Amino acid sequence: MVEGTGITRSRGAVLANMRLGVLGCLAMALVVLVVAAALIGAYPLSPGDIAQAFARKLAGASPQGQIDTVLFEVRLPRVFAAVIVGAALAAAGAAYQSLFRNPLVSPDILGVSTGAGLGAVIGIFLSLPVAGIQLTAFMMGLATVGLVYSIASVVHGREPVLVLVLAGVVVGALAGAAISLLKILADPYDQLPAIVFWLLGSLSAIRKAEVWGATPLVVVALVPLVLLRWRINVLSLGDEEAKALGVEAGRLRLLVIAAATLMTASVVAISGVIGWVGLVIPHIARMLVGPSFDRLLPAAMLLGGGYLLLVDTLARTMARIEVPIGILTAVIGAPFFLWLLARGREGWS
Amino acid sequence: MKIPILAARRLGFGYGAKSVGRDVELEVRAGEVVCLLGPNGSGKTTLFKTVLGLLPAQAGEVFVDGVAMAQLTRPEIARRVAYVPQAHAAHFPFRVIDMVVMGRTAHLGLFAAPSDEDRRRALGALATLGIAELADIEYTRISGGQRQLALIARALAQDAPAIVMDEPTASLDFGNQVTVLGEVKRLAGHGLAVLLSTHDPDHAFSISNRVALLDAGRLVAQGPPHEVLTPARLQQVYGVTVAVERLSQGQTVCAPDFSGASS
Repeated sequence: MVEGTGITRSRGAVLANMRLGVLGCLAMALVVLVVAAALIGAYPLSPGDIAQAFARKLAGASPQGQIDTVLFEVRLPRVFAAVIVGAALAAAGAAYQSLFRNPLVSPDILGVSTGAGLGAVIGIFLSLPVAGIQLTAFMMGLATVGLVYSIASVVHGREPVLVLVLAGVVVGALAGAAISLLKILADPYDQLPAIVFWLLGSLSAIRKAEVWGATPLVVVALVPLVLLRWRINVLSLGDEEAKALGVEAGRLRLLVIAAATLMTASVVAISGVIGWVGLVIPHIARMLVGPSFDRLLPAAMLLGGGYLLLVDTLARTMARIEVPIGILTAVIGAPFFLWLLARGREGWS
Repeated sequence: MKIPILAARRLGFGYGAKSVGRDVELEVRAGEVVCLLGPNGSGKTTLFKTVLGLLPAQAGEVFVDGVAMAQLTRPEIARRVAYVPQAHAAHFPFRVIDMVVMGRTAHLGLFAAPSDEDRRRALGALATLGIAELADIEYTRISGGQRQLALIARALAQDAPAIVMDEPTASLDFGNQVTVLGEVKRLAGHGLAVLLSTHDPDHAFSISNRVALLDAGRLVAQGPPHEVLTPARLQQVYGVTVAVERLSQGQTVCAPDFSGASS
């Protein structure tokens, strides 16, 4: 028995090392992508340009010429925005999936994205500043997920998963209708283009201040997810089992949902509705590192950040006009998800 | 006499305002297996949820280790009584060891992850049940019987003096039923207090020290299996005719009598 346990242990250690290795590879891939994305664009930069620009910045010299402007005002904020939006959506998706015990849920399917979108549209409609838009996006996102969850718990169907997803679709449709109404009411010369462009999901109009505004919120929302990483595994067994194992399931669930919703809403407020990332990326992450949330969270964030950066870089370089990123993620995400469905439930159950 | 590890005193239970049962007096002591039998809808599951503190008691009290459950926090309850649910399909492919180590949750701080010591205990629990070799396999890939054993291992890792098992033999094949029951009996032999529900009177005969028979939310009888599970009482509770016989090897079996049923 002792020998058997020893073997099991070393096998477990090998597996654990492999999964750490995966995280390392993902981190390196993200760094490579960030550097590449900084170089590529309508105004190509060389590695030398970037090094010199950073040297000037570090020396405290005042910014000079186009290179500094392109790099620090346009390129890097956008690269950073893509990474943080992708990472936040993937992290929120992973948290929702664990919490709702349902690999099919995501910020989009639960209606959180549309709800946060409605909140942001209300914010634009009322001509609120970015912080105000983030607040309305968060409030509406939270209200949406609360509504969806209460509908799902009131309707005792035979298929709780199906009820949850359908409730998300229904509430999302309602929020979509409200958005349409606001579009009609919005000022066609000033507000409407902003709303429409924003709803398509794009990072092209992103400003440095917006990125700096959203980042602290994402970090704040990340704290409970990191601290509760182990409890989230226990919560994924369902409330009853989690309680019997000694977890105050109700309160923790609310906290984690609020954190994931804050994360979604704060990036939706700057990027618009970018679908599929929160659904597909956690799946791939789970295939790579397993379902344990302490590994799943970093893997999903690295993958999500890298994926959205790649897609955004394609979006701004592929064609003469910029393709809104939400269109691209849907074109890539939808078939990929179908493929995931077709190859069986591997990675979830 | 030792104080019972798990005790229900004039317990009333149910969902919200709806009452399912009342006046239940039940005790489980260290080293004892108590089987709860009762027809579908008699309130076994609701009673268990109340005994585990998952539902508030509507009347009376539950005592764990001599302390009233109402005074205990969730982790304090979990350190005193462990729960083995029916073997279920997991939603995510956790490895068996990850599943079992979750039994350590009540011993961990809110923000902590399990230590090497916790993993060692989880492996020990798997070894106790003879399934240490499953540790690194995904829980979704093992058989129903193995899952039930893994869930019992998780309860062992929880390190509580009492274990409540909800129909641990349901949906298992015959061989797995015998294996699981054998392990349950062995664990009680090591000093655990076990309360389990089953639909099969034979299981009660084979491993329990005492049987509690629940009907329509009331305990209609409680005591040693031979005294409680008589043909007359089984007829009264289940409405079927049965024979209870002692085999030459010493086991007692309960066989339904179909002679009255003709087509």
